[in-house]
Amino acid sequence: MDSLSRRRFLKITGASIAAATAVTSLNSVVKGAKTIEEKNGSVVKGIQKIPTYCDLCFWKCGAIAYVDNGKLWKIEGNPIDPLSNGRLCPRGTGGVGASFDNERLKTPLIRKSVRGEDQWVKATWDEALDLIANKMKKIKTNYGPESLAFFSHGIGGNFLKHTFKAYGTNNITAPSFAQCRGPREIGFELTFGDVVGSPERTDIKNTKCLVLLGSHLGENMHNTQVQEFADAVGAGATVIVVDPRFSVAASKAKHYLPIKPGTDIALLLSWMNVLVTEGLYDKDYVEKYGFGFEQFAAEIQEYTPEWAYTRTGIEPAVIRETAREMGKNKPATLVHPGRHATWYGDDAQRARSVALLNALLGSWGRKGGFYTPYKFGLPGYPYPEYPKPEREPADNPGKKYPFAEGELLSTGLREATITGNPYPIKGWFVYATNLMQALPNQQETIKAIQNLDLLVVVDVVPSEIAGWADVILPEATYLERYDDISDSPFKEGFIALRQPAIDPPHDQKPNWWIAKKLADKLGLSNYFPWKNVEEYLDTRLKSAGLSLNEFKKTGIIKRPPKPIYFEDGVQPFFWTQSGKIEFYSLKLKEHGFDPVPKFTAPEEPPAGFFRLLYGRSPVHTFSKTQTNPILNDMMSENEVWVNADIAGRYGVKNGQYIKLKNSDGVISNKVKVKVTERIRTDCVYMVHGFGQTSIRNRKTYLKGASDAQLVTKYKMDPLMGGTGMNVNFVTFEMEV
Amino acid sequence: MSRFGMAIDTVRCVGCMDCVVACKTENKVPEGFNRDWITEEAFGNFPNIQLEIRTERCNHCEEAPCVDCCPTGASHYHDTGGVVLVNHNECIGCKACVASCPYDARFIHPDGYADKCTFCIHRVEKGEDPACVSVCPTHCMTFGDLDDPNSKISKLVKSRKWHVLKPEAGTKPHIYYLT
Ligand code: SF4
Repeated sequence: MDSLSRRRFLKITGASIAAATAVTSLNSVVKGAKTIEEKNGSVVKGIQKIPTYCDLCFWKCGAIAYVDNGKLWKIEGNPIDPLSNGRLCPRGTGGVGASFDNERLKTPLIRKSVRGEDQWVKATWDEALDLIANKMKKIKTNYGPESLAFFSHGIGGNFLKHTFKAYGTNNITAPSFAQCRGPREIGFELTFGDVVGSPERTDIKNTKCLVLLGSHLGENMHNTQVQEFADAVGAGATVIVVDPRFSVAASKAKHYLPIKPGTDIALLLSWMNVLVTEGLYDKDYVEKYGFGFEQFAAEIQEYTPEWAYTRTGIEPAVIRETAREMGKNKPATLVHPGRHATWYGDDAQRARSVALLNALLGSWGRKGGFYTPYKFGLPGYPYPEYPKPEREPADNPGKKYPFAEGELLSTGLREATITGNPYPIKGWFVYATNLMQALPNQQETIKAIQNLDLLVVVDVVPSEIAGWADVILPEATYLERYDDISDSPFKEGFIALRQPAIDPPHDQKPNWWIAKKLADKLGLSNYFPWKNVEEYLDTRLKSAGLSLNEFKKTGIIKRPPKPIYFEDGVQPFFWTQSGKIEFYSLKLKEHGFDPVPKFTAPEEPPAGFFRLLYGRSPVHTFSKTQTNPILNDMMSENEVWVNADIAGRYGVKNGQYIKLKNSDGVISNKVKVKVTERIRTDCVYMVHGFGQTSIRNRKTYLKGASDAQLVTKYKMDPLMGGTGMNVNFVTFEMEV
Repeated sequence: MSRFGMAIDTVRCVGCMDCVVACKTENKVPEGFNRDWITEEAFGNFPNIQLEIRTERCNHCEEAPCVDCCPTGASHYHDTGGVVLVNHNECIGCKACVASCPYDARFIHPDGYADKCTFCIHRVEKGEDPACVSVCPTHCMTFGDLDDPNSKISKLVKSRKWHVLKPEAGTKPHIYYLT
């Protein structure tokens, strides 16, 4: 695939931006802000309000931290931040707990016994970093720099990424691609020539008809989306929810479609069939921007609602009625692309089906559909050029997954570590991602770790993956450090600053410091021409005519507004092969895949087994926040949702603890049962991130069950190497 | 006179607990306790289900049993807005109020006094909303003066359908759940 498209798109976005003009004036809310310099030495009396941005998830909401007589008190949304609109989500509001957490890592630690036994000696930063640098040098000499892989999550990884690029590796990855939104991005890129991106370019606020497929907004707290969801519901938008579970979002819906798990493509094809056969699609739009519509229309002819009914269990009348609702409200109908999209292994084609449905409705680029985001476009730091790696990344040898481009496959690097193909991977450096829960099949992760000469984990808390490390480096929380500037594509271009509200309580260090110090020890100091992070930030800001000192007072700087809809003057552009919206994909055809998506029936659960589904809680992010004392207080363990009829049949009581056993014989930790009418009889559900096994986290140790532990099977997406994880079946074990 | 209350739009609320978290940080509520909470009530059989999600707290009742039963007068109606408060110094921690509250809104703080929602009177007196209201990402809560016919809350209560919790308890609660 022409992977240039995304890069090219970004370049063009950047080029169209003239010199920055700061339009945000000092907000009254932050008038009391004291700079860190003023604060140095003595405790500042009274309340300081320090603008920063949240790190409890990847949404990066602008926030104001309150420090009361030198002590961190609370955190609120920054009123001038367009993501939070002054209101953080529950995780963000509870973010101060990350700093208070008494189980966080306090000093660097070096392993003193067998890997995985979780036994450590305290070390100084010099000792720890010397050890790491020496091993990294050896790996470079013996195997080449590409034999070191960097796994990271979030913007905090930026400075370390820089160190690793300078070291010479291109094996830099994040599970957020192949274990999360990757299939969605590829499905949309194949259709519109562009990705959905993060934050999602969904115009929920202005939509008249919102269709959610498995996306449980409200339980899933992507702040802006939930705010806009409430606005849309409040304004009377038609909500259509497709989910095997009656989610919170379903309770707001006019139509709830209790779909059989794994059959979404059948429903999507049949909706498109109705729109086309009844002539309800946006004909002008399709004619103007579409490519291959004729072939597409011919192919979907057979997918009648009657055909779909036998696959999905959704009544033909309901399929027709909901399709008509969508057609009636077009182009302000938004079929939401979701985010965590790695479900059944056919995910890129499902995402492409979602994209095609939106294309029929003419919602891409239109108000109430998908807006066209733009960035502030702050120039990067003028670093020296990186050494050019001699070998291709190791994640996708032979381009087995032809559309896995733009980002690397984390599971692919794990595979290379196990097999040594296409070349050995001997070091893992893991930043802020708990690979034990983020990657499917924990045994494979453990197997890969056995082949490593070096495993380093940087985190705030002793996560499960940290338990396997050779060296653990304790990071300062986001409330105690600077990070890189956030410059997300959004409805308005803006940048946000993360700055420390307080000092780290122990010997924790910010990631920029770790990255720079490690580079020094690797003899790569020339890649860090700046003395400290303030100088780095100020240099970037100065190149746009701004200054760190001013930025520290507001935390947010915005660009003047620009049009974001086609109808307001955005020039439609599609970076596909045909330069149009591809109803029929030439590239897919070229690589031997279905140019128009087709439905394949999912595997059925064996008798007595239920499909394991997992999702999110509004108070937790992945497996990252469970140790936060405030958020732990809100939810300290998960429950397994079991349909009331099934519970009756198996004699399972509400509130009872059971264990789950999957079809590979893996048995979970004990978990409380929630007997409910709110789920189908063929599946069970739990919130992801619990049942953690790090013994040093007393608050989370074996609390609830881990879906990740039960995800021993995963189904590879043949297009892009995503790992479909909703393909495991479990049964009940009464003995706990 | 003023009569403070809340109108909570159950159509908008997603039960995310941001209100609970915000109350905890704002009021430094100790670990293991909370002054507000989320209730979910589901009716029907799959897939025909109705779900009401509510954020609940002290109803700041006009006929508050917790004030009536307090032996020391620590539980009282505040001058502004009729907010039900506890004077920590006068409270002997006898738990009579905890038992009397039909909404289970009170608990004994580890420091020995009865504690509960104050409608964030310290913020309200500065012209701010209670913490839970100010933080809600769905804007489902409206705080205000029910005695002022022009207040947003009065208008909501007039124009929307609502219910209160346990009307049969005769406490005249002042939290209205819009449906
Ligand atoms: S959505 Fe919530 S956790 Fe994520 S950045 Fe925003 S406030 Fe923080």
